[in-house]
Amino acid sequence: MNINLTIFGQLIAFTMFVLFCMKYVWPPLTTAMRERQKRISDGLDNAAAAEQQLEQANEAAGKELEEAKAQAAELIAQARSRANQIVEDAKVQANEEANRIREGAQDDIDQEINRAREQLRERVGELAVEGAEKILQSSIDRSAHEEMLNKLAAGL
Amino acid sequence: MAASYETSAEYISHHLTNLTYGRFPDGSWGFAKSQEEITSMGFMSINVDTMFWSVLLGFVFLGIFMTAARRASTDVPGGLQNFCEMLVEFVEDSILQVFGSRPNPVIGPLSLTVLVWVFLMNLMDLVPIDVIPHAAALLGIPYFKIVPTTDLNATLGLSGGVFILVIYYNLKIKGPLTFGAGLFTHPIPHWSMYWFNFILEFVDMIAKPISHGLRLFGNLYAGEMIFILIALLPFYLQWLLSLPWAIFHILIIALQAFVFMILTIVYLTQAHAVDEH
Repeated sequence: MNINLTIFGQLIAFTMFVLFCMKYVWPPLTTAMRERQKRISDGLDNAAAAEQQLEQANEAAGKELEEAKAQAAELIAQARSRANQIVEDAKVQANEEANRIREGAQDDIDQEINRAREQLRERVGELAVEGAEKILQSSIDRSAHEEMLNKLAAGL
Repeated sequence: MAASYETSAEYISHHLTNLTYGRFPDGSWGFAKSQEEITSMGFMSINVDTMFWSVLLGFVFLGIFMTAARRASTDVPGGLQNFCEMLVEFVEDSILQVFGSRPNPVIGPLSLTVLVWVFLMNLMDLVPIDVIPHAAALLGIPYFKIVPTTDLNATLGLSGGVFILVIYYNLKIKGPLTFGAGLFTHPIPHWSMYWFNFILEFVDMIAKPISHGLRLFGNLYAGEMIFILIALLPFYLQWLLSLPWAIFHILIIALQAFVFMILTIVYLTQAHAVDEH
């Protein structure tokens, strides 16, 4: 266990190894580590940003969808009310038409009745006289009974 | 216990002896064949096994990390890169906790080198202790220790390197005058105590690298020693102790590498600390 020249040999070897390590080992390794660290942290930042963007996009899409739904609902409501209105209008129109047609028909009927009545009125005296003549077998003075017969006709 | 050793003591001392190349007393250079020869060489010798394994493991460290560094990219990292970056991040965290975020180009690579290199050198302790020395003996190499950190030269070489950096940063950050004055004016700022202060501060300063190196050496040397003692048991009993000890030792070798790195960071931090007195 003697102290001898080995101590200097070791010192020289030690110095050489440290110098080599300083020049060829430490800088590239630490640089690579720092850069990777930066890359990873950048990547994480980017991922976080992308996540936020996605969230925003989802939010926007949801809002848009909501709006579209509201619009659609409004359109449907409008269409329904319009359809109802059309039906109502059609009903009213149909009723009016029916009334009009019925009134026309009533007028026709009234006219027809009046005409028939006129005809009947014109003919009733004649028929009565004819009938009376036949019953009495005798001739009756037409002029004597004209007034009474007219009264009778007017009473119809 | 290998049959070729006559006594246990011989076996133990053989396993604790480095392969030494040095200058014999007569002036010629060569490998020492015995412990007496090693002692006679004194300081002018070098532990070849320690140098061989530590440099080899240093290249293993550089090979692994330079491969990862060359392939380093900001894309999804592969297994090797993940492993290396994990260690780098661990070292950076430790530095941040102790040293703070002061910009310093040396402390990061230094700490990483210390951590991984010391760990690899400690790891050699888990190689079964007889395998490589035995193979070396067959090749005619008398001694072959494979754990560099059980050689005091290796650990003191490391802590000495850190100490040189500590002195350098003391001079650079505080300036030679402030640094020198600090040695005399602490801890008692009175002129009559300046020499007393200097002795205290000097011992304090010198004790740091010595304890730094001795701590690692002591832990690993003791661990190695226990492996050797276990290896003295009959071979059918060895696993009973060597397995738990090896498992426990996995913790020790990692922990000691970590402690060595943290102390390196702490000493450098102290060198950077501008005095608040």
